[in-house]
Formats: sequence, structure tokens, C-alpha cells
Amino acid sequence: MYVLSAIISLTLLGLVLGLLLGIAAKYLKVESSPIVDELEALMPGSQCGQCGFPGCRPAAEALAAGQAPATLCPPGGSALAEQIAALLGMDLDLNDVKEPEALVARVSEATCTGCTRCFKVCPTDAIVGAPKQIHAVVADACIACEKCIAVCPTECLQMQPVEVTLRNWRWPKPAQELPAHLPGIRSNALC
Amino acid sequence: MMSAIKLKMSSGAHAGANITVNRIMVQVMLAIAPATALGLLCFGWPALNLFVITVLSAVLFEACCLRLAGRAAKPVLLDGSAILTGWLVAMTLPPWAPWWIGVVGSGIAIILGKQVYGGLGQNLFNPAMLARVALLISFPIEMTTWANVTPLFSAHAPNLAESWAITFSGIAGFGPIDATTGATTLGFVKTEFSQNRVLPGILSDYSGVLDFIGWTRGSLGETSALLLGLGGVWLIRKGVIQWHIPVALLATVTVLSGLCHWSDSQHYLSPFVHLNSGALICVAFFIATDYVTSPNTPAGQLIFGAGCGLLIFVIRTWGAYPEGTGFAVLLMNSATPLIDHYIKPRIYGRNRSGKPIEIDPGKQGRKS
Amino acid sequence: MLSLLSPWIDAAFGPGRIRGGVHAEEHKSATAALPIATDFPLPKRLYVPVQQHVGKPAEPVIKVGEHVLKGQLLAHSQGLVSAPVHAPSSGTIIDVNEYPAPHPSALPIRTIVLETDGKDEWQQHTLIADPFALSPEDISLRVGTAGIVGLGGATFPTAVKLNMGRENRIHTLLINGAECEPYLTCDDRLMRERAENIIDGVRIMLHGMETSRAIVAIEDNKPEAFAAMQAAALPYPQLTVQQIPTRYPMGWDRQLIRYITGMEVPVGSRSSEIGVTIHNIGTAYAVHKALRHGQPLVSRIVTVSGGAVVKPMNIEVPLGTLISDLFNFCHVRPDITARIVMGGPMMGDALPHINLPVVKATSGILALTQDELKSADEQPCIRCARCVSVCPAGLLPLDMANNIRNNQLDAAVDLGLKDCISCGSCSYICPSNIPLVHYFKYASGEVMARQQAQHKSEQTKRLMNDRNARMERIARQQQEEEAARLAAKAERERQKAEQEALV
Repeated sequence: MYVLSAIISLTLLGLVLGLLLGIAAKYLKVESSPIVDELEALMPGSQCGQCGFPGCRPAAEALAAGQAPATLCPPGGSALAEQIAALLGMDLDLNDVKEPEALVARVSEATCTGCTRCFKVCPTDAIVGAPKQIHAVVADACIACEKCIAVCPTECLQMQPVEVTLRNWRWPKPAQELPAHLPGIRSNALC
Repeated sequence: MMSAIKLKMSSGAHAGANITVNRIMVQVMLAIAPATALGLLCFGWPALNLFVITVLSAVLFEACCLRLAGRAAKPVLLDGSAILTGWLVAMTLPPWAPWWIGVVGSGIAIILGKQVYGGLGQNLFNPAMLARVALLISFPIEMTTWANVTPLFSAHAPNLAESWAITFSGIAGFGPIDATTGATTLGFVKTEFSQNRVLPGILSDYSGVLDFIGWTRGSLGETSALLLGLGGVWLIRKGVIQWHIPVALLATVTVLSGLCHWSDSQHYLSPFVHLNSGALICVAFFIATDYVTSPNTPAGQLIFGAGCGLLIFVIRTWGAYPEGTGFAVLLMNSATPLIDHYIKPRIYGRNRSGKPIEIDPGKQGRKS
Repeated sequence: MLSLLSPWIDAAFGPGRIRGGVHAEEHKSATAALPIATDFPLPKRLYVPVQQHVGKPAEPVIKVGEHVLKGQLLAHSQGLVSAPVHAPSSGTIIDVNEYPAPHPSALPIRTIVLETDGKDEWQQHTLIADPFALSPEDISLRVGTAGIVGLGGATFPTAVKLNMGRENRIHTLLINGAECEPYLTCDDRLMRERAENIIDGVRIMLHGMETSRAIVAIEDNKPEAFAAMQAAALPYPQLTVQQIPTRYPMGWDRQLIRYITGMEVPVGSRSSEIGVTIHNIGTAYAVHKALRHGQPLVSRIVTVSGGAVVKPMNIEVPLGTLISDLFNFCHVRPDITARIVMGGPMMGDALPHINLPVVKATSGILALTQDELKSADEQPCIRCARCVSVCPAGLLPLDMANNIRNNQLDAAVDLGLKDCISCGSCSYICPSNIPLVHYFKYASGEVMARQQAQHKSEQTKRLMNDRNARMERIARQQQEEEAARLAAKAERERQKAEQEALV
């Protein structure tokens, strides 16, 4: 009997509180949240569309609505993901996030006709050149949005991994065996 | 020329000290072995049965858990931590307790105390103490039936066959319980106090020397303050444990009991009895110093040790249980994350709040 | 409350004069007993990277095919913090190109390749009669043009440090002869054999920094070096030679400063700000060579040791010598070599192969056998806190590594990741073989990369805004032009209509 009454009272309590919470969620909802603006301020703002949303504002709205993961923005990388997660108070498991390989656009000088289409679409002015001159990419400014690739009539633009040099080389996370061929070593170059 | 060498990308230090987890476990076992041996000698075959059953079941539980978790069991078992946990659980049990007490104790220690947290290094509470306290609360009769000292091969000692009966069908099978069992010193004193008797009359039969050597009733980890203390000092000398926790713990108990005994020697046990009796020495050197569940910094360890000492004294003196080491250690275990959060070493070149230290103008360069 | 207690906590647990540290097995006896070998055959080719120092790489001033003499400038320094490099021997420049760097990644670095002619002919240099007659500024200048950098491994340009010491009017010059890394004995041998030259270099440095007091600190496991240095310093009252306890990492500059002076260098400050500058004894020797003999830094003493070395020894070699040449000379057994380490076993880096040159930072090359290496078999952390007690910087390596393993880099930074000096004490002592320092190096790189990514994202935003503003401006301009054109056209038509009307 005691057991039964305990079960009943706890169940009732749970139902009533749940109902209250549900009502509160429905009627006390904050309509337009400034969080979208804050999120948008964090985003790169290049409207590159790599996240699958038409621009940074829609992506921020999706994030705020909980319809997109914090890791949605490839150019922002894990640094941005952490900031977003901190702002939204989400738990972020970066273990499952594979850091996208850093890419940079490169102009193949043999096929570039100097048509200027690519630098007109580049959102960060990372491509320099003049009409009828071979164009070049400023690697530091390139955000790998691939817009230039879409418009290039001769397919002379290609995405390439950022070259590993002594300046940007970093220690790998432990317990990762070294690949058989280290990038950039020309074996026997010194023999 | 060197292409045959398999070179791994590895950072310093390339050299290592000659310390391994396994070696640490073995050293702790060596330190506790003399006291265990004396205990087994004093309580004979039933104690040995229980000891073996407890250790074996601990290893078995560990292997099962690892299998369930899908991890390779062999390398983990080889680190010796399961054996040591089982060993320490056995040290806290009444030597003639039935077999299932040992098995349940090992199960609680390994499964609930260690593996559910994720295995070695992850647990919040000391597994052996968790097992002891859980058993004490769940099975008070079995856990407070203390056999008299009946040394191996002595006249009244049970032989091997009788020992099996004691371990598997209970102590009652071996003769009158009153004749073969009694209370530990602390338990006896607690009962006598509750009947309004006072010191020193209560302890008229008490022999401090025998208690010190280990010729008394109690669990293997309670009897021989001498051998446990020697083992502990050896561990400190070997650098396996730091001195901070044992010293803080023992000093706190000594000072508190000394003050109380000095103010009212009829109702408070002397520091000597406190240090000699119960699991105090064992806990101070072998349980409270458990790496996983104690703080990381020397200052934190002093606080932890003092906290354990205070709780032990309070529970022994005013609590319902005659011995409070298990409860005290578990309570302080739960405070360990807090202690570690607040007590951190000062970083070089920074003050305690983490800001860069200020340059003392007096010691500055002769800048004009 | 804690701050109230802190004086007592400090009194009970340090700072003391030494904090943390380990007693590492020394392995020094094999090489410490032998004199520095000078019979190393001149290699056929020398590979001189243009960056062997902290700061900007040097810029080559020679052309391929040019003949150079020993000590001739090959590349001049660029900017305020930089150092030049000089020809380590005489011969012909055969290439200036990218070659693997003596770095754990062995990624390419701009390197000048010199084919030696075997004559080892010095360029003309003028002997300086009395360096003490030179002005302190002149001393710094000459040290700078000689390409001298900190030879203890930090490779910070020495001239810059001398200037900072002078500008901060420091009271003490510390000379680091601790050589606390196991295996390495190059400083030990240098002190035993060339103590007078080192002391001379120290005196020149004192003059260059306008300082009156120098203390040479030597670990007490080098009694012969101590005796030699003390004898050499005897005539000069401004120099003291002091023995310090043997405890790794005693040679960490800030640990040494705390031990000798009792002062701590605040985080983010340079030691000269508390009136102390610290130089390595090898650097002092290089200063002596530059100021007394006019010789730039073109060679250094390298310890070749380790269990796989049949004839371990200290060798004076020209910079740019390949490690493979050194290994041939010392008879290294490739069959039992498990790891090649540049530097000491505590802080040194493993090299992927041996076709890499000796540079100014190379204090030692170790060929270690499997027995000498720490086991790589990583076990779970048992929170034994040995790493906490050995950390000379007062960090919590176990908690930091745990956070990093779970990608909580910010938490690791909060625990003091940036104050880690990568001394390796924690990795050395860890019974669970956790590669703690590796975790910290990884995390530091990652944190740096994230900061750069953040910076780039800000840059991107700026570029975008600029572009958008420009696009708007252009559009507005076009609109205005269009409007002006339309207005002009309307005006013309109006005038035309008026004229027609007049007609």
C-alpha cells in the first residue's frame, strides 16, 4: 500500500511539474533572440555556403534554432566550433570532428587566360591580376570557398592542400604513428 | 644506412626513470606482506582461505569487467592493481569471515569501486574502503565476529579440514562462538563506555605491547601496528608514497586524542591506544595514500590527511561505530576533487592567483 | 584566506631554491673522460642552413659557384633579431636550395651547400689587441657580426641579449655551466680544457654589458671542470665560480636564476628586467674567439654518445657537418640504434634520419638503443602525482594531459600550458609511460594554430567589408555617372530644342 501511494504521488508530481514546464516553454518563449546576431558576428561572414545554408545569417539562425551542429562551418574550424558551443552552452565533442584539411586555391599558369572572372567573384580579394595577365592567389587571404573554381572557364584553378613548412609544422597528437613518407622530405637529397 | 630503423615521431623525455605501475604495485604488496603473514599466522587456515578467495575473486571480477568492456584483459591484469585491491579488501575483513563475504567484498571493490568509473585511475573512492563500508553496513554480524588469536598449528587452531568448514559453512560449525570469538579493543571499549564504565578500569586486561605487535583480535590490517608501520615507513623511504598524508593523519589523531585524554582520562582513550588499535596505521600508510583518490599536491595531501585524522577521531569517539577509518577515508575521498581544485602549486613567475609576480624595485636592475 | 596562508605554505613547500626536478641517470662517464677530438676529417660537403637561430632567417650574399674562405660571410642577418652565418671552411658554393632541416619533421630549410677544398683556409682577420679598449656597443656589434647565438640550445642572438643587459643595467651576469642533460659533456670538456678562454669571454661580456659581477654556475657532478674554472677565475675578483646541486633541470635559466639569486623572473618578463642575464659557457667561449681572434662562429663541440655508439666522444666539428659523417667517425651501429636524438635525452628531439647537418644549436647527437629508451607502452594515469612533484614550473601535468587528450585545450591553457618549458621531467618520471611533454607540445601548436585561424577569420571579415564597401562605391559611382550622363543628354537635347526653336 505504502509503495503504491509513493508511486502514485511521485507520478502525479512529475506530471504536474512537467505540465508546468511545458506551459512555461510555450508562453514565456523569447521570440526574437539576439543570439542570432552574436552568432553571425562570430561567423566568417564570407557567405561561402560550405555549411549548406545560403549564407552566414541563415546558418546562424539554424544554429540558434538547434537545427545545425556547432561544427557546421568548415572555414571556421574547431576554433569557431568551440566559440559557438561556448555561446550556446552546448557540449562539444571535438573527438568526432575531423579537422578539414586546410586548402588553398592555386592558379595553373599554363592555362590561365587572364579573364578576370575569378577575382571578380572572390569574396576576400585573394586573387590578384589584371585583364589578359596571369592571375595569382594570395594564399594567406584565401578561404577556400571555391567560388573561383566555379567560374573559371579554363579550369585552371585548383584547390590544393596548404603546404607544410617549418613555420606551420605542428606536433601531431600522441599515439599517432608517423606516416611512412614525411611531407616534403626529399630522401637522399643530401647524399 | 639507417633506413632499416623504425623511427617514431616522439618528443622528450626519451629516457625514463625505472618506475612502472607494476613495480609500484609490487612494492606496496611487499610492504604489506609482513603484516599479512603475521595475521595469517595468528588466525590460521580460515584466514588463509578467505585471503586467497578474496584476491582470486578480485582478479576474476576485473577480468570479467574488462571482457565486458571489450578491452584486452591481460595487460591490465598484469599491472597488479586488481591483486592489490583484493589484497587490501582481505586485510579489512574479519579473518574467519565466510567465503562469500570475501567474494562480495571483492565484487563491490572491483565492480562498483573501480570498473564502473572506467578502471584504474578513474575512481573517486578507495575501492577497498568502499567494500569494507558496504559490507559493514550490509552484514554487520559477519563483519564484527572476530576470531581469537589461534596461531597456526597451535593446540586449539582449526586444521585444514576444519578451516574449510569455517570458511564455507560458518564459524558456528567450529565450536562455541563465545569461546572462539570476542570484540576488538575499540569495539570492547565502545561497549563498555555505553554501559557507563570508565577508563582505566575498562582496559585493565589490555596489553599495549601485544596489541602493538599484532597479537590481538581484528582484521589482518588492524592487528599489527608495528609491521604495518614498518612497511609504511619503507614505502616512504622507497619514494612510493609521500610522507604528507600519513604524518598529517597520525599527527591529527595523536594531538586530538592527546588533548581529550589529558582533559578527561576517564572517558577518552589515550593516543597510544588510538594509534595501536584498529586500522589506523594501515589506513594512514596504505589506504589514505592511494594515489587515485588522494590530492595531487603536498599541501592538499596535508589537508586530506588531517581531515581523515579528524574524522577518524570523531567517529571513534562520538560515533556509533567503534572504528571510523573506512567512513573517514571515503568522506575525504569525496573532498579530494575540491581540495585539488583549490590547492594548486604556485606556477613559477606567478603569484598564487595566477598573475605574474611583481618585480621588486629594490632587486631590479640599476635601470636609471 | 589562501593568500593569507600563502607565506606559510611557501615556507613549508618552497619555492625554496630548487623546485621539482629529477635525478636522471647521467650516462656521462663515457665521454667526460676523453679529450675533445680535433682529428675529425673535414667533410667533403657542408650544409649550412640560413636559419640556425631564433628570429629572422639570414639572407645569402654569395652566388653558386663562388669560392669562399673559412669565416667568410655567407648570409647576412635580417632585422633586429637575427644572426649571420659564415663559411665553416674554405671551398666552393655548389648550391643554395631547400634541404631537410635538423628538426623532428626534417622539413626543408634554405641551405647553402659548400664543397670544401681541403685547405681549410681562413679569411684574413685582424687580431684585436685589447677588447677592453673597445666601447661596449662595439663589443655587441662584433658579437653580432660573428654570428654568435646562445649555444646552450636556445640560439637567441647573443648581441641582442648583451644590448638588453646593458640597457637594463643588470647587476649580475650568470654563466650557465650546469649541463644538466644526461649524456651531454661538451660543456664539461670545454670547461676542463679551455677554462681560461671561457673566463676571458665572460670578462669581455661583462665589459660589453657594463656589469661588474659574474657568477659561473657548475653542477657538482663536474668537479674537474669546477676546479679548472675556479683556477682560471682566480685572478679576477669580479668572477665567482659556484657549485650547484646536480638536479635536472638545473640548467633551465630561470631555475638557475632562482637558485643563485633567490629571485623569480615574472612570467612574460625577461630576466634582464630583474637585473640578471644568463649566457651559456659555450657562448662565452665563442665570444672569446670572436673578440680575441676575430673568428666568427663556424664550429662547435658536439657530444656523440648513446648505447649504439662504439666510440662515444666530444668532437669539434665545422657547422654544417652531416650527422652521418659524425656517426661514421664514431662508429655508430645502425643495427641496434632505436632512436636518434639531437640534444639531450630529456629535451632533445628525435630525428627521422641522419642526413641532417649539425647547426649552432646542436650540443649533442645521441644514438640510443631500445634499452635506453623509455617504454612507449602507455598505461592509464594512476594519479600518482609524481609529475606534479617534479615539475620545476609548478604545473599539474596529469590534469593538463587529461584535458588535452579530451580536446579541452582551453582548460589546459587555464592550468598553465603556456608556462610549460618542455623540460621532460614529467615524462621521465611517469610510471604509466604517458608522453606528457608530447601532449603539451601538440596542444601548444594547436592553440597557436587556432589563434592564427581566429586572426585569419578576422582578416577575412575585414577583407570582405573592404570589398563590399568598394563594390558599393563603384556601384554608386556608376549610378552617378549614369545620372550625369542622362542629365547631360537631357541638357543637350534641351539646348538643341532651344536652338531649333530659335531657328
